[in-house]
Amino acid sequence: MSTYQEFIQQNEDRDGVRFSWNLWPSSRLEATRLVVPVSCLFTPLKERPSLPPVQYEPVLCSRANCKAVLNPLCQVDFRAKIWACNFCFQRNPFPPSYAGISEVNQPAELMPQFSTIEYIVQRGPSAPLIFLYVVDTCLEEEDLQALKESLQMSLSLLPPNALVGLITFGRMVQVHELTCEGIAKSYVFRGTKDLSAKQIQEMLGLTKPAAPGQQGRPVAPQEAAASCRFLQPVHRVDMNLTDLLGELQRDPWPVSQGKRPLRSTGVALSVAVGLLEGAFPNTGARVMLFIGGPPTQGPGMVVGDELKIPIRSWHDIQKDNARHLKKATKYYEALANRSAVNGHSIDIYACALDQTGLLEMKCLSNLTGGHIVMGDSFNTSLFKQTFQRVFSKDYNGDFRMAFGGVMEVKTSREVKVCGAIGPCVSLHSKGSSVSENEMGIGGTNQWKLCSLDPSTTLGVYFEVVNQHNAPVPQGGRGAIQFVTTYQHSNTQKRIRVTTIARNWADAQSQIQHIESSFDQEAAAVLMARLGVFRAESEEGPDVLRWLDRQLIRLCQKFGQFNKEDPASFRLSESLSLYPQFMFHLRRSPFLQVFNNSPDESSYYRHHFVRQDLTQSLIMIQPILYSYSFHGPPEPVLLDSSSILPDRILLMDTFFQLVICHGETIAQWRKAGYQEMPEYENFKQLLQAPLDDAQEILQTRFPMPRYIDTEHGGSQARFLLSKVNPSQTHNNLYAWGQETGAPILTDDVSLQVFMDHLKKLAVSSSS
Amino acid sequence: MGGQSMAMGGMGRAFPGPPPSGPAAFQQHGAGPNGPSGYPQQAGQFGGPMSGPQPGMPGGFPGAPGALAGPPQKKLDPDSIPSITQVIEDDKARLGGQVFSTNIRGQVPPLVTTDFTVQDQGNASPRFIRCTTYSLPCTAELAKQCQVPLASIIKPFAKLPNNETPLYVVNHGETGPIRCNRCKAYMCPYMQFIDGGRRYQCSFCNCINEVPVFYFQHLDHMGRRVDFYERPELSLGSYEFDATLDYCKSSHEQSEVIVAEVNHHKQVRVEQQAPNPPAYIFMIDVSYSNIKSGLVRLICDELKTLLEKLPREDGAEASAIKVGFVTYNKVLHFYNVKSALAQPQMMVVSDTAEMFVPLLDGFLVNYQDSRAVIYNLLDQIPDMFADTSESETVFAPVIQAGVEAFKAAECSGKLFIFHSSMPTAEAPGKLKNRDDKKVVSTDKEKTLFQPQKGVYEQLSKDCVAQGCCVDLFLFPSQYLDLATMADVPSHTGGSVHKYNNFQVETDGEHFLRDLRKDLQKSLGFDAVMRVRTSTGFRATDFFGAVYMKNTTDVEMAAVDCDKAVTVEFKHDDALSEETGALIQCALLYTTIGGQRRLRIHNLSLNCTSQLSELYKCCETDSLINFFAKSAYRAILNQPVKNVSDILVNQTAHMLACYRKNCASPSAASQLILPDSMKVFPVYMNSLMKTAPLVGSTELFTDDRAHQRLSVMAMGVEDTQLQLYPRLIPLHDVDVGSEAVPAPVRCSEERLTDSGLFLLENGQSIFLWLGQASPPDLIQSLFNAPSLAHLQQGHMFALPELDNPLSKKIRSIIGELLEKRPNSMKLQIVRQRDKPEMLFRQFLVEDKGLHGGASYMDFLCYVHREIRQLLT
Repeated sequence: MSTYQEFIQQNEDRDGVRFSWNLWPSSRLEATRLVVPVSCLFTPLKERPSLPPVQYEPVLCSRANCKAVLNPLCQVDFRAKIWACNFCFQRNPFPPSYAGISEVNQPAELMPQFSTIEYIVQRGPSAPLIFLYVVDTCLEEEDLQALKESLQMSLSLLPPNALVGLITFGRMVQVHELTCEGIAKSYVFRGTKDLSAKQIQEMLGLTKPAAPGQQGRPVAPQEAAASCRFLQPVHRVDMNLTDLLGELQRDPWPVSQGKRPLRSTGVALSVAVGLLEGAFPNTGARVMLFIGGPPTQGPGMVVGDELKIPIRSWHDIQKDNARHLKKATKYYEALANRSAVNGHSIDIYACALDQTGLLEMKCLSNLTGGHIVMGDSFNTSLFKQTFQRVFSKDYNGDFRMAFGGVMEVKTSREVKVCGAIGPCVSLHSKGSSVSENEMGIGGTNQWKLCSLDPSTTLGVYFEVVNQHNAPVPQGGRGAIQFVTTYQHSNTQKRIRVTTIARNWADAQSQIQHIESSFDQEAAAVLMARLGVFRAESEEGPDVLRWLDRQLIRLCQKFGQFNKEDPASFRLSESLSLYPQFMFHLRRSPFLQVFNNSPDESSYYRHHFVRQDLTQSLIMIQPILYSYSFHGPPEPVLLDSSSILPDRILLMDTFFQLVICHGETIAQWRKAGYQEMPEYENFKQLLQAPLDDAQEILQTRFPMPRYIDTEHGGSQARFLLSKVNPSQTHNNLYAWGQETGAPILTDDVSLQVFMDHLKKLAVSSSS
Repeated sequence: MGGQSMAMGGMGRAFPGPPPSGPAAFQQHGAGPNGPSGYPQQAGQFGGPMSGPQPGMPGGFPGAPGALAGPPQKKLDPDSIPSITQVIEDDKARLGGQVFSTNIRGQVPPLVTTDFTVQDQGNASPRFIRCTTYSLPCTAELAKQCQVPLASIIKPFAKLPNNETPLYVVNHGETGPIRCNRCKAYMCPYMQFIDGGRRYQCSFCNCINEVPVFYFQHLDHMGRRVDFYERPELSLGSYEFDATLDYCKSSHEQSEVIVAEVNHHKQVRVEQQAPNPPAYIFMIDVSYSNIKSGLVRLICDELKTLLEKLPREDGAEASAIKVGFVTYNKVLHFYNVKSALAQPQMMVVSDTAEMFVPLLDGFLVNYQDSRAVIYNLLDQIPDMFADTSESETVFAPVIQAGVEAFKAAECSGKLFIFHSSMPTAEAPGKLKNRDDKKVVSTDKEKTLFQPQKGVYEQLSKDCVAQGCCVDLFLFPSQYLDLATMADVPSHTGGSVHKYNNFQVETDGEHFLRDLRKDLQKSLGFDAVMRVRTSTGFRATDFFGAVYMKNTTDVEMAAVDCDKAVTVEFKHDDALSEETGALIQCALLYTTIGGQRRLRIHNLSLNCTSQLSELYKCCETDSLINFFAKSAYRAILNQPVKNVSDILVNQTAHMLACYRKNCASPSAASQLILPDSMKVFPVYMNSLMKTAPLVGSTELFTDDRAHQRLSVMAMGVEDTQLQLYPRLIPLHDVDVGSEAVPAPVRCSEERLTDSGLFLLENGQSIFLWLGQASPPDLIQSLFNAPSLAHLQQGHMFALPELDNPLSKKIRSIIGELLEKRPNSMKLQIVRQRDKPEMLFRQFLVEDKGLHGGASYMDFLCYVHREIRQLLT
């Protein structure tokens, strides 16, 4: 079995692809019986230091509706200088520049190790990156100060030729002109009035840069830059802007007792989107929204300004009691779509103790590939470092962000694409490879990713369409090609092409092989994404029921058991962890709203559908490390039985890093043993999880919430809510054990879950 | 006052008997430079022409029957007909420099043109209130019979000369001023204390009220309170009360003026708060034409020094008024000039459809604190827009912005708008050219004066509700629909100043004088005026730059020292000769320091059942003010011709009634005028020749509308001057004396070829140079050898030359400019030059340039009308 694991690993490293099945069932019927669809997690811009981009245009298949890129899987006739497309079998002559090829002189794209290849192409003028800060000024003095400093700092991180802009808002929305001397000039909009893009552009005095006929094509950026006083190159205005930011004051309008400040987030965003839409359509741009509270007036208002009416909770939403929810969501969706069409992404940095309306605004980031960061205050390292990390650079010194991505999926004729789940929008491109069966965002084989980074990962779902009675020829392979065009952060236009192929297998005769090609980690994440995608539109219990049914069906298909005998149930190694993932997924905040505010749920889901497999798995099933005197640090079961008095536990849930000191350890620490030279080892023990946590903190985006607590501490709830409640107040005494910590919960434990699963799997009635 | 009749033809006889002194005797002395020509000696010549046709009046009264044909009459001596200058001089001679004590009911004050000192002894000074007659007819029938309008012209903030005591401020403590329980009249000298001082009877409604304990005072043997002389409200005609919070606007209902003045008795005690000090906002049109003319720079430079002189409360160290700045063309630019800023901030609001104020803190600031930033801003504004090409402007949103700013700052205030052109940019209140010369002299002519409805109507309402006064400075180069643009100023107690084809060199100083006067004027904000009367009559109609939400409360966003409200009274019932008639005008307002005050003016009038008494107590200057305002309002709704007809008819009727009832029998051919009204026809004729009432296509519509609106807010003094300009001969001025030469009658006949005349009417000022002016005179005035050497550049200012004549004349002009409420642009015209036309239209005794009869012809015409009425 090690071969498959190696194969999977190798594929992930090389292509950034993890398939649920690495052998594909050869007919539609069999494919559907496998329960988990043929699907993959694809990281389009996976960092590949070993992959030098080539500096020429890709060679395309000449068939108009194919246009697949020449790849190592193509059959090449070196003598005739002809290649056959492996998707449509069209025979294409090589372009004249390939005249010199031969078996020993092959272009890079034909070499097997270049199944993923990146082309740098010259298309159109290169547009500078644009960063538009949209800053809430209804903040506490301290928060605003911290935010101002962060923003000023960020100016030094931006590429010098990048364009920056500043919009501030409170009760009014101000668009600041950056080039004025002697007098600070800004355009002001009423925070309560919904304006069309045209009105905004007129009011800002922007002449339309493109004639109506030219729409959709990028305009000459120099020209546009000159026409826009609001977005200026960093190197030219950083002094001005630093001063401007320094002089930013809290919103001066008085807020009376019992009221929230009036915050015109909706109009501010509309102005930001309208401004970019008019001045820089189809260029890479980030709108960075910093908010310290919910929108309280105008379009996109989430809650009124009366403090006595709290912001909506899940309870209100379920009771259909959230007055502004639908309207606000609709408003932000419309904005998000406009922004996505123009290739501009929107980040939300929300720092407040209460909710800020992320539920309504999430689509802004979800559809445009923007970040969402949620913190308690701008004056925390969580925000400051996360924000800094937005501008982190890769090994080449380039920003880890790309813009205006379009991912196209081409499939060989036995496979069709059903949809994708991730930070993307459909481009509604109906090709022959588009399935009618939609999963996620479907009905297209092209998706737009306004902004993406090396970790952005899409779940792509496929359908085998081959009919049962038309078998695939023996040894045939199904091929899929991902063509991702994007604007690199150094403003180059690039195309990355990943071509993969998998063997067909007859599900009747080769079911064992198929089973062993199952990638349960990928499958768990892919199924989880489907679940989360459904949860956005369906009721929570329905989604759980759907997940359960899928799990039972999978167990029925691949489990070995005697009918009606739960005890006999066995799963092979390649599926053994899958039920456990599902167990934790059911308990995760992605599907459970209990104990989470709507904003938190939106935040968690936002990150879940864009992170790569490893991070996603951590989110589903947090990792628990144990540190004790009994041995070296080791991962332990995410189980209440792992909580022992003489252990320090480090739990990583992706969003939180919890260090929990066991009861005894905590007492020792309180007694100050770590200060005494004779207990140096204890000091080291205390230090070890901190160091490990630090390592995780260094790399993670967004910065996780860092919690250092001890058994019985209030913050220990973060740990207790995640572990499998194998011991609860209900069964503690029955078990009669003294290890572990009981969890006060009525949730079922993994054991109970598995027992039920086995029972249902072996039952013939279900 | 005694006799009043004057008879044409010398047969007139003083009615009740000869007067002790003064005008009744109708002796004309020195009517003109030509020396006196004894009026009575004209007798024989006069009887005739009245019966004959009026050859001189073809255009003036097209409806006049031309049936009475007859041979042309011998020309009359103009000196024989009543002369205003003479009347003025007589009054001056009789009462000038004297003290006028207001202790007698129904006392007729000296003319407005006479200098006198007022001593307040229980009735408001005539500076505050003047009446058309000081003896009201006892019954409505009598009033109807004589057709003399019963009206008061109230100028609540009239400037008092330095030798008169400013108004005392009375504070009645937390419960506010003491008022009658029933009619809400304020404590005043007319309240009758009875019952040993425990109760008082209101003399307005006769209700008997308890005297509050804290206010109790014993009565002396005369039934007067012992503290009579200690309390201004018991002994004076005019005084002020400190208003309590009940009289302030509620902080929550900004739009709804809750005026405790009106509903004090209601127990609606919404949270009311003391007003904030008012604010001035300077709103400068920075479109192409204003930049090009240099106006913007001129304003900005001037403001730097002018802002030091903002009006302040008596005794206050610095002005409490806050200032703010806005520039605009198609969009508005607000400026943050907070003192803490290193440089001003500009905020552009392009959303003119729904105006709002983009900032609160830093927009309205204390000038002293923010001086550095404001200087910086004023320096930058002209440069910032130096290369603008924007020629379109908005207007209504500009005012709206001001209202919103005051709303946000919870204060009242004044907008100074410097505007150039018709607002044609796409925004509320956009205007289009509707000037149509074809409708002049037709039934549709009134549309030229009517403002366009809608946006501006609502805006006036908003302004008044917020106490936002709008002062408009217009710099048009063509028609800009002044009737509409001035609608808001004319409802908010504001003024409109207009500078056609503005050029910094020739009009700059003139404009700045206006601006300075306007800015430094003392005024009250957010005012509500209520006129209460004793039983039997009541105020029914109000004319002025005011807003009326209902029929009784006169609302003014601001009222300054030059604004007057004319109030017309009608009978409800019979008045008693014994008790007379009382008027109490109460004005609730906010001072420039932000204090809420009530200004009370009381006036007691006589009542009479004798028409002769009524006519005796008439006041021509007030009458003409009333007629001017009512005529100017009437032309909004009726054809101009109808209005003129009504004026003539009423004039004839008033005079006929006198003739019939008061004058001793005499020949029908004699024109007999009451003494108090003997110059009334001159004014009336002049009024009918004013631009608004003359249907001539040669007049600019905007000028007509402007004049109409300015007169609506005028006091008696201003209308008098407007309708009868001063024509001062300067050629033989005594350079050694302080005195200004006596004016001569406004007629071409009084001009001499070798003369030098100054003509001014409060709006315009001319220096007329006779064709044959002595060269030495020209030399000393202009430093030029002769008239022919005068250049264009000479025509707007006198050079500063160091010789007695130049100094004297410049000082006369300077004094006049100082004295008048508005600045006037000096125009120097040479006899027979083209610009002389402008000058000539002010010679109101002559035939009008654009139509209208000469004084003589008018008099004849009126006489004929009277005769018809009498037969």
